[in-house]
Amino acid sequence: MKNGINSVFSFARLGALLIKEFIQMRRDRITFAMMLGVPLMQLVLFGFAINNDPKSLPTALVAMSNDQYTRAMVSALQMTGYYRFDHVTQSAAEAEALMAKGAVSFVVTIPADFARRVERGDSPQILIEADATDPSAASGAVSTLSKVASQALLRAQGMQATAAETAKEQLQVVVHQRYNPEGISQYNIVPGLLGVILQMTMVMMTAMALTRETERGTMENLLAMPSSPAEIMLGKVLPFLVVGAVQVAVVLVAAKLLFSIPFVGSLTLLLSTVLVFVLSLVLLGYTISTMARSQMQAMQLTFFFFLPSLLLSGFMFPYRGMPGWAQVLGEIFPLTHFLRITRAVMLKGADFNAIAAEVGWLMLFVALFAGTALVRFRRTLD
Amino acid sequence: MNVIDVHGLVKRFGNKTVVDHVTMTVAEGEIVGFLGPNGSGKTTTIRIMCGLLTPDEGEGTVLGFNIRTDSLSIKREVGYMTQKFSFYEDLTIAENLEFVARLYQLKPLGEYVGRTLEELGLTSRKDQLAGTLSGGWKQRLALAACIMHQPKLLLLDEPTAGVDPKARREFWDEIHRLASGGLTVLVSTHYMDEAERCHRISYISYGKLLATGTVDEVVRNAGLTTFVLQGPQLDQVAVTLSGRPGVDQVAPFGATLHVVGSDKKKLEAALADVEKEHKSVTVTPGETSLEDVFIQFMSGSKDNMG
Repeated sequence: MKNGINSVFSFARLGALLIKEFIQMRRDRITFAMMLGVPLMQLVLFGFAINNDPKSLPTALVAMSNDQYTRAMVSALQMTGYYRFDHVTQSAAEAEALMAKGAVSFVVTIPADFARRVERGDSPQILIEADATDPSAASGAVSTLSKVASQALLRAQGMQATAAETAKEQLQVVVHQRYNPEGISQYNIVPGLLGVILQMTMVMMTAMALTRETERGTMENLLAMPSSPAEIMLGKVLPFLVVGAVQVAVVLVAAKLLFSIPFVGSLTLLLSTVLVFVLSLVLLGYTISTMARSQMQAMQLTFFFFLPSLLLSGFMFPYRGMPGWAQVLGEIFPLTHFLRITRAVMLKGADFNAIAAEVGWLMLFVALFAGTALVRFRRTLD
Repeated sequence: MNVIDVHGLVKRFGNKTVVDHVTMTVAEGEIVGFLGPNGSGKTTTIRIMCGLLTPDEGEGTVLGFNIRTDSLSIKREVGYMTQKFSFYEDLTIAENLEFVARLYQLKPLGEYVGRTLEELGLTSRKDQLAGTLSGGWKQRLALAACIMHQPKLLLLDEPTAGVDPKARREFWDEIHRLASGGLTVLVSTHYMDEAERCHRISYISYGKLLATGTVDEVVRNAGLTTFVLQGPQLDQVAVTLSGRPGVDQVAPFGATLHVVGSDKKKLEAALADVEKEHKSVTVTPGETSLEDVFIQFMSGSKDNMG
């Protein structure tokens, strides 16, 4: 019976800790419900709410005359889907006021001499003012402008034939939006949300793991009984791996059913990398748990980690848009690598070789966090 | 061989010396009471003994295992009951015991748990969540959990704090039953009546071990003289007495006044004065109690906690 009792690791003792955790998890109904409900809620909320390429933006039109060219221009702009002309006025001041109070995102001004200049071929101008306090909201709308505008003009002048001719001579720029030809934000957001949701719940739940024992006074008892740091760590971490697996299933099924996200890659590949990712997250949470003295501190540390990882990982803002040092900083978050993996596997159908480097990063995090946690773990109450 | 044999233990937290050169031995089968005021270092000393804290200085063995290097072996053979209830409140009594039994790898599991439940009269409540138990039942669960693996040494840290007298009595009966089976017990307590149920006591104050021995020895070695005063208006007598040379303690006990001093001659002189002022008061020699001795210790040792 005493055989191996002093060994560093015993499956029987790990089993004891696991059974205990699962009973506690089952009893803590609210937390348990949150672990499953939160991912679904976030997915539905953010999946439908976040849109990087907003359309039908409120626009004020300042039209000084009502000639055919002005009408053609307005209808062409409306056809792009970006502009919704809510306000039509002849007063520039009124339009200015509308933009200042945020009632419109754009003011389109078509000057009184517009028609005359078009007919004389005297470089006609229209002015479009965009509210650039939210640059990303305006960018899509602005980028379509010049092409739309010139075509509209040519059509209005009845020069379709000439247009086709000049088009031949001009350099044509053909843009293909690959993997997401229609530029649907959800294709980008939903795979990313998988990573963000997992990070949110996994890190936070495990960050509480040890501090809760300390706060309730059960840690003293646990340390006074024969259990090794490795057993305690795995006993805390493995149950959350199971919870993570359930969350992944929920998110993937919802991605398919609610958002019809195309899934072109290998499911096995995705699931096995998710496993590595979740493992790195729970170990990170556990490491936080060994550092914090209370659950409150653990929470604060977790949030301190969340914000930069959301902002710098490429979930919220394009990774390549960041300056070099920020990109380097972004590499230290497991989420950054996981986002590349999920987007590559789900949307591009990447194989293992294509994502091997990113998986390597995740493995490195797993080793690093596990090592740190074991070193940081206080076996005594000193 | 002594079950506990530690010497020169020192533990500092920051610049506070919480345990100051404590030397202690406990023989097999002994029940030793560990007494001292709050913050005197009892818990810290016990934690050092069961390997939960590393001493800054000092050496020693518990059950023959070195307290610095063999803490895993010590944990296996010692039952440690923490001051604060430290089992899982969201687990039932039986689940808590099963958890402990699995950690100690006790087989067959059901037999160990069943017998422990039976022995401590917990069977009828085994499916109750530990968090819903009253103080006495929680204490019983904690005791059950720390004796289930049949340790050779029990370290009990204020086990009866907040427990009613009947439960305390039952608890001590249980401790004596276990000790008669060869178990060694070190128990810290505030209660004088509990100290008197120990074979031997050790008194610690502000980290220093001040006295050790049987209750009689400790009382005798303290060298205190006690007189009992009877008569009317004792409260006024108490006021006149306190602060006089030779008078160390004045304490009302029911209709009498206990006056204690370490210098017998000065104390008698002071009492003679009082007899002159208050004619109707009678003074008779009394017996010094353990409590008197402890109060004397407490007022004599310097507070280093503030």
